[in-house]
Amino acid sequence: MPPIIEISGLSKTYKTGFSALKNINLTIDKGEIFALLGPNGAGKTTLISIICGIVTKSTGTVMVDGQDIGPGYRKTRQMIGLVPQELHLPIFEKVGDSVSFTRHLFGLPRNDAHIEKVLKQLSLWDKKEAKILTLSGGMKRRVLIAKALAHEPRVLFLDEPSAGVDVELRKDMWNVVRDLREAGVTIILTTHYIEEAEEMADRVGVISKGEIILVEDKKVLMEKMGQKQLNIILEKPLEALPQKLGALGFALNEGGSQLSYKYDSKREKLDVAKLLAGVARAKISYSDISTQQSSLEDIFLGLVKQ
Amino acid sequence: MNWRGAFAIFDYEMKRFFRTITQSIISPVISTTLYFVVFGAAIGARITQIDGVAYGSYIVPGMIMLALLGQSIANASFGIYFPRFSGTIYEYLSAPISAFEMVLGFVGAAAVKSLLIGLIILATSYLFVPVTIMHPFWMITFLVLTAITFSMFGFIIGLWADGFEKLQIIPILIVTPLTFLGGSFYSIKVLPPFWQSVSYLNPVVYLISGFRWSFYEVADVSRDVALGMTAVFMVLCLSGVWWIFQTGYRLKS
Repeated sequence: MPPIIEISGLSKTYKTGFSALKNINLTIDKGEIFALLGPNGAGKTTLISIICGIVTKSTGTVMVDGQDIGPGYRKTRQMIGLVPQELHLPIFEKVGDSVSFTRHLFGLPRNDAHIEKVLKQLSLWDKKEAKILTLSGGMKRRVLIAKALAHEPRVLFLDEPSAGVDVELRKDMWNVVRDLREAGVTIILTTHYIEEAEEMADRVGVISKGEIILVEDKKVLMEKMGQKQLNIILEKPLEALPQKLGALGFALNEGGSQLSYKYDSKREKLDVAKLLAGVARAKISYSDISTQQSSLEDIFLGLVKQ
Repeated sequence: MNWRGAFAIFDYEMKRFFRTITQSIISPVISTTLYFVVFGAAIGARITQIDGVAYGSYIVPGMIMLALLGQSIANASFGIYFPRFSGTIYEYLSAPISAFEMVLGFVGAAAVKSLLIGLIILATSYLFVPVTIMHPFWMITFLVLTAITFSMFGFIIGLWADGFEKLQIIPILIVTPLTFLGGSFYSIKVLPPFWQSVSYLNPVVYLISGFRWSFYEVADVSRDVALGMTAVFMVLCLSGVWWIFQTGYRLKS
């Protein structure tokens, strides 16, 4: 897929001297879902804000579909929709009016059919005459998404879309995002919910202290960096790990009620029989055995801690 | 040129005005009536004429200017300040809309709103005193130029302010006193020479004087000087707005 966003040498230093972004180089492909992960203050929102035109860059270039966001700002902003992190909404306006306003602001003529489609997609159609003030937090979040989609963007930025959102709405939003991807929209989302990235993203970028520390295909990343763990649930908790089991590579977890054995599934073939024989020799009885794979969250936390 | 975007802002601001129609229109009408009662009836009984014009009629241009300046500043400053305060400014900044188009929308709406109020006050005045407009073209010219200029000034205040208190401070502490001392209700010729000289430093004197001339052909300064000073203030405000958008002052970090 050709790139739709190309960022090179992008830096941002605020007047206070705080360096929010340091020499960012990143390419986003057309039609992909890209998840940008990072702890608070890592620079995720600053990066999005620069691409959207809300924050000015210090150095570097940002191209959107071949257009520089500086001189070509009209074309680049026309392509971009933004769902901000905070619930910034004109609360005294009606839902339908506010969504239509955004469409006009982007220079597009009235299109009632499109507005209806967007509002229905987000289960807002029956609220179109309601004042935004009267909506719940979750519904307000939907209005933000509707406003971002009002001008039919080709790139959609979702800045922490699930912040303060219940599970049902989160799943609804994921469905909307999937539909948009089907329609060819490129999605860039920042999130604290690793499960969101794990569920939806094609590629994952990790940003920490203003630097991109990793960009990888999600599956490749999980295969490359993912570890597996064999868990043996004990019938009776142990006070200490027997030396022989420690020598085999076991660790004692869950307050002594679980033996765990971590291994790299790509490099090491697990010999379950050998491990269980070791447990039997130590005269330890167990009630259950399970394996678990490390999640994107584990990988992310591992990377950020480095 | 994103005309639709500029019009969307204009339309949004106008709808906000009409949504608060009672506050927007009834309030200036009541104020005008009170001014007529206080200044026209009470003071007018002692000052029958100024420059050959009945006092009640003489104060009409000053009253219109008083409302026009206040409303232009209030409408424009609130128009841009509220999106900053509520955070919805992101929507304007991320839209394919230029600084000029944004100013056109916000300032245009503020100017039209204050013009409407000015015309309503003029209409109300007809109920109390005889009003003559000898130069309608110049009356409209001064009205429009002042509305645009002070709406731009209000726009700058709305960007500068970082709280509701600051939003009010310039209109209350500077603009209203300058308007009252700018000959809204008297001719500065009645002042002692020293205070006359001081009054000429007040830019509002020129606005009111030029505007009053268009009604009765009486003025404290000539029409051309008044027009020139209005233009100077307009250029200053334009420069301020241009600088703000060049630097992103209070808009972009």
